[in-house]
Amino acid sequence: MSENVIEFRNFGFKYAAQAEPTLYDINLTIKKGEKVLICGPSGCGKSTLVHCMNGLIPASYPGQATGELLIDGKSFRDLDIFSISKTIGTVLQDADAQFIGLTVGEDIAFALENDRVPLDEMKKRVREAASLLGVDDYLHHAPHELSGGLKQRVGFAGVLVDDVSILLFDEPLANLDPATGKTTMELIDEIHQRTGDTVIIVEHRLEDVLHRDVDRVILMDEGRIISDCTPARLLSSNLLIETGIREPLYITALKYAGISITEDIEPQRIETLSLDVGQRETVRSWYRSAPVEQQAVSEEIVIEARDLGFTYDNGHTALTDIDIAIRKGEMMSIVGKNGAGKSTFAKILCGFEKPQHGGIYLNGKDMSGLSIKERAKHIGYVMQNPNQMINKSMIRDEVGLALVLEGKLTREQIDERVDEVLGICGLYPYRNWPISALSYGQKKRVTIASILAMGPQVIILDEPTAGQDYRHYTEIMEFLRELNSRGITIVLITHDMHLMLEYCNRAVVLSGGRKIADTACEAVLADSEVVEKARLKETSLSTLAQLCGIDDPQDFIRRFISMDREVRDQRRTV
Amino acid sequence: MKKSPVITVVAIGIGAALFFVLGRFVSIPTPVPNTNFSTQYGLLGFMAGLFGPLAGLLIAFIGHALIDFSYGWGIWWSWVIASGAAGLIMGLAAKKLCLSSEPFDAKKALTFNIFQVVAQIIAWGLIAPIFDIIIYAEPANKVFTQGLVAGLSNIVTTAVIGTLLCFAYSKARPAEGSLKKE
Amino acid sequence: MTTFDTRLLAALAVLAFVLMAVSRIRISDVKILFWFSFVFMVLNNVLIFLFSPEHGCSIYGSRTEICHLFLRYYLVNEQLFYQFNVVLKYLATIPVVIVFVSTTDPSEFASSLNRIGISYKIAYSVSLALRYIPDIQREYHDISNSQQARGLEMASRKQSLIKRLKNAVMMIFPLIISSMDRIERIANAMELRGFGKDRKRTWYSARPFRVSDYIAIAVCILMLAASIALNFINGGRYFNPFAL
Repeated sequence: MSENVIEFRNFGFKYAAQAEPTLYDINLTIKKGEKVLICGPSGCGKSTLVHCMNGLIPASYPGQATGELLIDGKSFRDLDIFSISKTIGTVLQDADAQFIGLTVGEDIAFALENDRVPLDEMKKRVREAASLLGVDDYLHHAPHELSGGLKQRVGFAGVLVDDVSILLFDEPLANLDPATGKTTMELIDEIHQRTGDTVIIVEHRLEDVLHRDVDRVILMDEGRIISDCTPARLLSSNLLIETGIREPLYITALKYAGISITEDIEPQRIETLSLDVGQRETVRSWYRSAPVEQQAVSEEIVIEARDLGFTYDNGHTALTDIDIAIRKGEMMSIVGKNGAGKSTFAKILCGFEKPQHGGIYLNGKDMSGLSIKERAKHIGYVMQNPNQMINKSMIRDEVGLALVLEGKLTREQIDERVDEVLGICGLYPYRNWPISALSYGQKKRVTIASILAMGPQVIILDEPTAGQDYRHYTEIMEFLRELNSRGITIVLITHDMHLMLEYCNRAVVLSGGRKIADTACEAVLADSEVVEKARLKETSLSTLAQLCGIDDPQDFIRRFISMDREVRDQRRTV
Repeated sequence: MKKSPVITVVAIGIGAALFFVLGRFVSIPTPVPNTNFSTQYGLLGFMAGLFGPLAGLLIAFIGHALIDFSYGWGIWWSWVIASGAAGLIMGLAAKKLCLSSEPFDAKKALTFNIFQVVAQIIAWGLIAPIFDIIIYAEPANKVFTQGLVAGLSNIVTTAVIGTLLCFAYSKARPAEGSLKKE
Repeated sequence: MTTFDTRLLAALAVLAFVLMAVSRIRISDVKILFWFSFVFMVLNNVLIFLFSPEHGCSIYGSRTEICHLFLRYYLVNEQLFYQFNVVLKYLATIPVVIVFVSTTDPSEFASSLNRIGISYKIAYSVSLALRYIPDIQREYHDISNSQQARGLEMASRKQSLIKRLKNAVMMIFPLIISSMDRIERIANAMELRGFGKDRKRTWYSARPFRVSDYIAIAVCILMLAASIALNFINGGRYFNPFAL
C-alpha cells in the first residue's frame, strides 16, 4: 500500500450545469496518518473538493473531471461511492441530516445495516463506537433529545463504526457554541491520536480549528490551492487577509502592535506563542497608546421585560424571573448555550408565545393585549435562515408583502415605502431581480428589508451570521451597524463571541432560563463562571494580554476592538 | 437537484412527513366528516409532479396512514388507498412537467391540472366509495356523495396550491448555467 | 376484513377490548384518540341514517317499521340492526388501532415492514417520515409564526376561499423549499454511509420471532378463516336474524 492515501494530480472539475470549472490544477498529496485542514472562503471550491474525495462527485453531481485523483492508490475513475465509503468516512456539516436513525443506536448502526452485518456483531460494534465517543448512555435517545454537541458525536460514531482509514469532517464547527466547538476539536484530535487515521478537516474558522495542532493547512481560493504549508508559516504570511479568512485575533493584535509574525515565535496557537521581553513591551506600549472609543448609550428604555416566567405545555420551564431592559438605539446581544431560553425570550417578545408570569412593556405600555401582527409593527423578528422567510419570487413583492396584506396603503404609497427600504438596504439596484439570483447575504438583506418595511423600532435577529465566512459575516454585520446608526434598535441572539464583542455594547447572558449576566461584552468574557455556564470561551486576546503582563485584559480587548474597527473601516473605504 | 436512486427514497420519507404535517396542522375542516380542504393534496400534486408516480403513491399512502393513526381511528383504508391512487396518477405527469429542469408555464399548468383532475375523479369518485362499500357496507348514495364532496374540494385545493407551488418552485430554482460557485 | 357477521364482530370487539386491557396502556394517554374516534363514529352513523334511512332493509330483505319520525325518515328494525353492526365494526377496530399505535416502537416498525416482504427502501422511507416529522413540524411552526407577524392569515373567515388557499401557499412555500434542500442533504448522508448498495440489509432494531408471535399469527389466521367460513354459512357477508 502506498504512503499517499490521497493524491490529486493536475485535477480539475466542472459541473455539468455550469459554464466555468469549479476546480483548477489541483495538486495535493495527503499521507497516511496526517491531519490536514482545508481552508478557504465560501465559493472557493472546498466543498467540491470534498465531494470529489468522498465520491458524491460524480455519483450525485454530474460533471467533467480532468487530471487524476488517486484514493489509496486507485484511480477515482475505477471506484464508486460505496467502495470509497469503505475507506473514507464523511461527517457532514448538517447534524440533523447526518442523523438519519430514529435513535442513537440505530443511527450508529446505519452503515453496518447496509453492509448486512449480523445483529450480534452489529450490537457489539455499535456499543464499542458509542463508548469511544462517550454516547453509550444515550443509545435509545431520539435526536431531538440531544444537544448539538451530542448529535455531532453520534455522527462521528456512525462513521467510526465502519473501520474507515480516512476521516473527512465537513465544517464540523458550524452551528456549535464556542465551548462545544473547542471540545469538538479536542475530540477530533483524540480520535486522530487513538486510531492513527488520516484526518481531513474542512473549515473556515481557522482560529478555532488551530486550538489543536494540525500538520498542514491547505488554503484555497477561486478554485485553486494557493498555499499548502504548516500553520506557523501560513500565519507568518499575508495570504489569509488576501483571501478573506479571519486571522486568529491574537495574531491581528500582534500585527497592530507592530510585531512581525515569523515562524520563530510559533504563532500557530496562543499556547505555543513565545514572545521575548522586547516584544512583550512593544505590545504593552501599543496598549497604552491605543485610543478607546467611547460609545454614548441612551438611557431611554424601549422594551422592558419584567419578571418574565414561561413554561412550555410539556412542563419544561424555559424562563424564570427574567428582567431585561432594551435601550433605545442600542445594539445588544442575548447569548447563552442552546436551550438557555434565548429563542423563547424572542418568541415572547414577538407574541408567538404567551408568558405565564410577568409581561413585556413597550415604551412603558403593557403589550399583553397585542396580537402577533400588531406587535410586528414595533418589534421585527428575522429568522436565522432567510430561505425560511421568503415566499415571493421577486424582491419588490417580498419586501412589500406585509404592506399589501395590511391593505391600508395605496399601491403608490406601498411602492414608495418599498423603494425607500430597498435604498436603505442597498438593494435598490436589484429591485426587479428574482430572489433566486441573489447570494445568501443578499437574501438576508431582503428578509431584513421586508421586516423594515413594517417600520419597527426594534429588530431581533436570530444568529444572523451562522455558517457564514468572514467576508459575508462582515457584510451582514456592517449592514446591521448602519441600520443601527439610523436609529433602529438591534437585538442579536447569538453564541458567536466575535460578533458580540465587535458589534454590541452590551450582552445579556441566559443560562437555564435565568439571567446570569447583563453587562459589557468584555466583562462577560472576563467572568469565568459566566463563560462556563453559557458555554462561551475565553478569547485569545485576554490570554495574550496576560502573556504580556497587562493586568486589565478587558481594557485590552476594548482597545483592540476600537483599533480593529478603525483599520477595517479604512480598508473598506480604500 | 442531484440525481440518484436514494433521492426517491428520501423524497418519499420527507414527502410523507410534509403530507402529515400539512394534513394535521394546515387543513380547513368542512361539515362533512372525512373531508377537509386538505392542503396536503396541493403538496402531493407538486411532489408527485417532481418525483414521479412511485413517489406520489407512497407519499400519499404513508402520509395518509400516519394521519389516520395519529387520530386513532381504524385507519380508513378505503381513503388511504384512494389517496395513494391519486398520488400515483398525479405522478404520471412528472415526465411531461420536467419540474427540475424546465420552466413551468401555462401549458404545463394545464397538463398538471388535467392529470390532477383525472387522478382525483378516479380516487374520490370511484376508489374511495367502492372500497367503503366493500369494507364497511355503507350505503352507496352516502359514500358517493362524500366522495364527490371530497373530490371537488381536493381538486380546487390542488388546482390552487399545487399549481402555485409548481410556479413558485420553478421560479425559485436557480436557472441552469447561472448557478453559484458552491 | 369485509365481514359484517354480528356474532363475529361482537367477539372481535370483546377481544379488542381485552387486548386493550392486557396491553397496559394508560387510559389517560389515549383518551383523546378515543374521543376523536367516538365523534367520528357518531357523525358517520348520523350521515348513514340521513342519506339512507332504510339501507338495512335492502341488506336484510325485510322491513319492520317501529314508528314514523319525520319527513321520509322512519325508525326501522333492520336499519337499527345494521347501524348496530356498523358500531360494532368500529368497536372491533378502534381499540386495536389504538393498541397498535401506542405499543409499536417506531424503530421496529420499518424492520417489521421489511420482514413481511416490503422492499427495505420503502420500509426505510417510512422510518425517515417518522424521524423527520418532529423536525418539519417545528420548522412549520416557526415559519408560520414569522409569516403571521407579516400579517399572513389562512384561517380568517373574512377572506374568500381562494384567497385563503393562496395564503396557504405563501405559508408553506418556505417549508417546501427548505425540505427540498433537506432531501438532498439526507440523501447525500445516506449514500455516503452505503445505503442502497445491496439488495438486502439487516436491521439494528430487528426483533427475533418468539413463540407468542407465532401464536398471535395463528390467532389472526383463525379469525380470517372464521370470517371466510361465515361468509359461506350466511350466504353473504351479513348475519340475518330477520330471516330466521
